[in-house]
Amino acid sequence: MQSSAQPLLRMEGVSKRYGGVRALEKADLVVNAGQIHAILGENGAGKSTLIKVLSGVVAPDAGRIMYDGAEVTFASPAAANRAGIVCIFQELSLIPDLSVADNISISNPPRRLGMIDRSAQRRIAEEAMARAGAQDIHPLALVKDLPLSRRQMVEIAKALARNPRVLILDEATSALTAADVAKVFVVLKRLRDEGLSLLYISHRMHEIAELADRCTVFRNGSNVATYAAGTKSDNEVVEMMIGREYSHVFPPKIKAPADAALPLLEVRNLSWTDRLRDISFSARAGEVVGLGGLDGQGQRELLLALFGVLRGVRGEIRVGGANVAPASPHAAKDKTIGMALIPEDRKTEGLMLPMSVRENLSFAALGRVSSGGIIDHDKERGLIGEMIDLLAIRTASIDGPVGALSGGNQQKVVIAKWLMTEPRIILLNDPTRGIDVGTKQEIYQLLRRLADSGAAIVFYTTDYDELIGCCDKALVLYDGAIKRVLEGSEITERALIASALNIAAAPYDAAAARQ
Amino acid sequence: MSDWRYKLSENRATLLAFVFFIVMFGIYSSNHPAGFNANVVQTAANKGVLLALVAMAQTFVVVTAGIDLSVGMVFVLANCLASWIVVGSPATAALGVIGVLACGLICGAINGMIVIYGRLQPIVTTIASGAVFFGIALLLRPVPGGDVYGPLADALTGRLFGAIPASLVALLAVIVVVWIPYRRSAIGRAAYAVGSSEPAAFMSGVPVQGAKFCAYLLSGLIASVAGLFLTFVTYSGEASSANGGSYTLFSIAAVVLGGVSLFGGSGSAIGAVFGALMFRTIGDLLFVFNLDPLWQPLFQGVVLLAAVCVGSARLFQVRNRLELFG
Repeated sequence: MQSSAQPLLRMEGVSKRYGGVRALEKADLVVNAGQIHAILGENGAGKSTLIKVLSGVVAPDAGRIMYDGAEVTFASPAAANRAGIVCIFQELSLIPDLSVADNISISNPPRRLGMIDRSAQRRIAEEAMARAGAQDIHPLALVKDLPLSRRQMVEIAKALARNPRVLILDEATSALTAADVAKVFVVLKRLRDEGLSLLYISHRMHEIAELADRCTVFRNGSNVATYAAGTKSDNEVVEMMIGREYSHVFPPKIKAPADAALPLLEVRNLSWTDRLRDISFSARAGEVVGLGGLDGQGQRELLLALFGVLRGVRGEIRVGGANVAPASPHAAKDKTIGMALIPEDRKTEGLMLPMSVRENLSFAALGRVSSGGIIDHDKERGLIGEMIDLLAIRTASIDGPVGALSGGNQQKVVIAKWLMTEPRIILLNDPTRGIDVGTKQEIYQLLRRLADSGAAIVFYTTDYDELIGCCDKALVLYDGAIKRVLEGSEITERALIASALNIAAAPYDAAAARQ
Repeated sequence: MSDWRYKLSENRATLLAFVFFIVMFGIYSSNHPAGFNANVVQTAANKGVLLALVAMAQTFVVVTAGIDLSVGMVFVLANCLASWIVVGSPATAALGVIGVLACGLICGAINGMIVIYGRLQPIVTTIASGAVFFGIALLLRPVPGGDVYGPLADALTGRLFGAIPASLVALLAVIVVVWIPYRRSAIGRAAYAVGSSEPAAFMSGVPVQGAKFCAYLLSGLIASVAGLFLTFVTYSGEASSANGGSYTLFSIAAVVLGGVSLFGGSGSAIGAVFGALMFRTIGDLLFVFNLDPLWQPLFQGVVLLAAVCVGSARLFQVRNRLELFG
């Protein structure tokens, strides 16, 4: 019988950098056997890198991991699995066309005479499903025929079939129904009592309160506090998560000219599958509206829905007072609507990398530079010249491939390409991810200039700094719905984090802070 | 009882192909001027088995979400090679058979290496390699001719016990010896996993590259078995590009009719075999109903197009249109 406070896993001074970005900085973590250990932190605090290091997906640059009394390094997820560290990732790892039983034994099917022993495989699946509390799922059912919440249960069963000693759950309950969450919690508590270590990453504070024994808060890639669950109030937790270093310079915000101005973009009761729920907001000309919240709460889908990419969107979209229902990006960029979307991934959705800067810049605005279907090269060059000056794009020649430019300049090309269509409404999907600080600042200034010249801007960013520094209004999304609208000086890191976690933030207690 | 339902649904496409084939063949043989007799069945079987084997070869690759457009050319190459080396005494003929099968394995290995290590798209790789295979076939047999070891050919294309076509028995043997063990092996499971979701397969520690390589290898092997069989039927070798092209095309029609998804991850070679037999029977039906043979290629093209359309119907359910390009 193991004592309940014996450390099973210990990370010491683990650091990891991606290019110039430090994801983990001398992080320490002690995980005991027989405990559920919650990891808390805002976007970019280092949670996911921590998991990747532990489960062998990435190798740390420095530091060491002690497991079961010995130093270990895992070359691959499979190696970590063999050692008993199993991770349930947010993105499902199930194979849709195979049965539940096939999936559970996928990495090491039981064999007899070189062939897969189906009855043994069936037994393993049934045991694992029973352990996960999901006996209602038939082992021969195909994964693609199961609803999302059932698939998540299979994912948990698959992890249990590997007999883990450390089980890492990364937002593993986000797709589950309330009834399933309750069942999973019973299972997780039983596993804890069996002596397993569970690392539980979730943004749902009430789940953590119900489940965790210990909590560790991460900030800027380091652990800032570890405490026994229940000893800190929600407010104190938010306090620990605050304290990101401010490194950007933002242009001054100018109050949108007139409150009387009609909203340029108005969205009412927008819903799509279960990813967007009843979203209503408006954006005036001259206003920069930020979308905040933890990553993956429906912000991307909202932008895609506005831009006509999604099918089956319900609700109203009004532009300049008129009802519109863009059926495709082609319709959305039409003069009558005048939308532009700067997509998330410039390499796949923004640019045709092998094609020239000139061609890339013209794609969205070919209608403007051609007459009778023929591209007018002089007109094209003129417009492109203006854009290159406006955004200060550094390129040797406009006829060189856009793939040869630096990341920051590529991103400028994506933005310029859409400015060529003279949009009234500019949607941006995390436009500063992975680009250098200098270009970031140029983009902030450009956004403000565009707003000043009469555009409405809807801006999704995972960086709270940008919400605070750039936006006149911030909508905080949680689980596909707008949980809070912050305006002007209400946009603070504290308010953003509290509303992103969907907990009520107490007003800042100046007296407590002085102590 | 519930198990039974899942197993049925897993094999639904194969069973459907089987039922369709039986119905069509029933209509065909009952309208055949000679009626339903052993001769009609034997002729139909010998023709059908050729396409069935090529379709089976195609299935291995299609299951991994790839496509092998060289199957028809491997088939022709094996035919030309067999017309040189499967001759003489029983011993030399046996060595010849081994040589032909080895040739198929080499062709498959070349495709697999280029797709996996060259990271080229299967469609481009196999069109190019198919052209090379055909070129070699043409050098081997600039004009149709050659011979084959008679007793073996007669045994495999004749009848057993005066009624059962030997070619069907040979086809059954290939299924039992190659397909069924493959389907139940870990590498076969991996092939389905790769075809269904390559990232999920990779993240689950499935041997992605090994599974693909094995699929191309077996595709080449079975295509060469088909080529061998063609030699037994015709007693000669012929480097016919028309033959190679149409067998490749028909093999795709056959796998789709047999319920193998062109998107990978589902379907069975047994379904593809019935798909092939069905496709052949469609052609025969036109013949017994006295349609102008000139119409046959057009009709076969329409069947292929319709089958492929039905196979992609699920794309209408995609709600996020960015996923259409994934």
